[in-house]
Amino acid sequence: MSAATMTPALSAPMKLALAAAVAAALVAAPFGVYPVMLMKVMCFALFACAFNLLPGYTGLLSFGHAMFFGGASYICAHTIKELGFPPELGIVAGTAFAAALGLVVGALAIRREGIYFAMVTLALAQMFYFFCLQAPFTNGEDGIQGVPRGIFLGLIDLSDDLSLYYVVAVIFVAGVALIHRIVHSPFGQVLRAIRENEPRAISLGYSVNRYKLLAFVLSATLAGLAGSTKVLVFQLASLTDVYWTMSGEVVLMTIVGGMGTILGPAVGAAIIVMMQNYLASFGEWVLVIQGCIFVLVVSVFRKGIVGEIKAAAERRRARREG
Amino acid sequence: MMELIGIPPQALFGQLMLGLINGSFYAMLSLGLAVIFGLLNVINFAHGAQYMLGAFVAWMLLNWLGIPYWGALVLAPIVVAATGLVIERTLLRRLHDLDHLYGLLLTFGLALIFEGVMRSQFGAAGMPYGNPLPGGVNLGFMWLPWYRGWIIVASLVVCLATWFVIERTKLGAYLRAATERPEIVQSFGIDVPRMITLTYAFGVGLAALAGVLAAPAYQVSPNMGSNLIIVVFAVVVIGGMGSIMGAIVTGFGLGVIEGLTKVFYPEASNTVIFVIMALVLMVRPSGLFGAAK
Repeated sequence: MSAATMTPALSAPMKLALAAAVAAALVAAPFGVYPVMLMKVMCFALFACAFNLLPGYTGLLSFGHAMFFGGASYICAHTIKELGFPPELGIVAGTAFAAALGLVVGALAIRREGIYFAMVTLALAQMFYFFCLQAPFTNGEDGIQGVPRGIFLGLIDLSDDLSLYYVVAVIFVAGVALIHRIVHSPFGQVLRAIRENEPRAISLGYSVNRYKLLAFVLSATLAGLAGSTKVLVFQLASLTDVYWTMSGEVVLMTIVGGMGTILGPAVGAAIIVMMQNYLASFGEWVLVIQGCIFVLVVSVFRKGIVGEIKAAAERRRARREG
Repeated sequence: MMELIGIPPQALFGQLMLGLINGSFYAMLSLGLAVIFGLLNVINFAHGAQYMLGAFVAWMLLNWLGIPYWGALVLAPIVVAATGLVIERTLLRRLHDLDHLYGLLLTFGLALIFEGVMRSQFGAAGMPYGNPLPGGVNLGFMWLPWYRGWIIVASLVVCLATWFVIERTKLGAYLRAATERPEIVQSFGIDVPRMITLTYAFGVGLAALAGVLAAPAYQVSPNMGSNLIIVVFAVVVIGGMGSIMGAIVTGFGLGVIEGLTKVFYPEASNTVIFVIMALVLMVRPSGLFGAAK
């Protein structure tokens, strides 16, 4: 949708410095801020970054990503609580489920484009929501509660918030690094070519549908990783995470931060999660405020926060060089 | 009591009737979506919220101003269509030259705003709206409440009238021409931007009218639109948005199929339309009545 330029906005040493600063902030953060809040932000940030692979880099707007996030969290919670899986295997099971679901849904959805793609993913996600509502293992409205956090890899006791924080931080960083790798690989280049001009990508001999499907599965898988990780944090899997409002929220996070930027969705996720936290006492007005942000961003702020910063940096550099 | 395929006819025809009523709403809403999409290239995500607003305006007219159902049937769609006019002029128009997905995101935001405002003012629970046509008639094989019959007749008339205007009148010819080639229609001296505004308002008014029709049949509640619109999206994917008559036929047809599913396999009744959508995507991706676009 938004055109990301191929020239990096930052020079290599600047990038390294930024990465080091982020890493230092991640290590130090739990001593200043409530760790559960930070973990929530990281789960949603990973979710939004994973989602962004589709609209930001492939030009496909999915309106049903809650099914991968919430579906994986149900499987993760069920395998840990009822089947006695250790936490790392529970995460693997949830993520694998999201990948399989992504393969099925993606194969159907990529048969249509643009607006229809959005409607198809939304409808399939609603179908999955009804499935979760009726399936016995999800416990309906109650959800799967009291999921034990367990001992990660048999070494790290996750009942301690701080240990869990560092495990979640490693998962988050690994997930985002993988997304960065995907986007900057030859595969990622082809995805961008499809976004910019699909007929030309076809005429160059790329089997566009296979690329789209793989991008869809990767996005679903990483969204599932985020959903599974969230289970360990809150020890809960519930219908909220598979409902259409969740699919809308991840879209909101992504466009607030900046579609088609690596860190934009993470920034957007942090803003939206904190906003929900501070505004929780306002009840239904949260929905109204979210709606207003949607309208505002789409009307006047389409690049998002990180996208605008990037554009400003590029303008400045162009002025200096030109 | 006579039985058909193991099902008492009362239950069978009762569910068929409910299916036709749901189908009436699917048809009216997907028709409005198709008309708006044709001219604006925007999928109006707020369509369900505007349907809900129609029901709420009818409720407010009754409880605050004492205007009864039949007055609301005319007034509520006009009020909601007027808000549509403002939305198109102030917000949607600015997105006209951009990717169509921005229109979807904008109207999604509007839907959240409408639903949130109504929930904060009236609570999430539904409010009743009195039935303006109590009683009914015994048809021998089933009991037909007057109001249910009225919904089906009214929506059929509205759908067919819309079809007639678009396919058989001069105004409709302009509209269809502007759908294909707006710049050429504009060069013939027709005010296309105004036509776009009025078309959006008309589609929104149609959704509100469906909302007023729904008010006595269901509860008036803030989430009545958001659950419906997702099913209507599936209906639109199944039918394709290329044909007005296609939208009407698909809407009623899927309502009936859903009703029959409630009789024979109730567990699947709220997913059957999505399953059909998946099947159509596999066999005929452009939709039953759609041209690839």
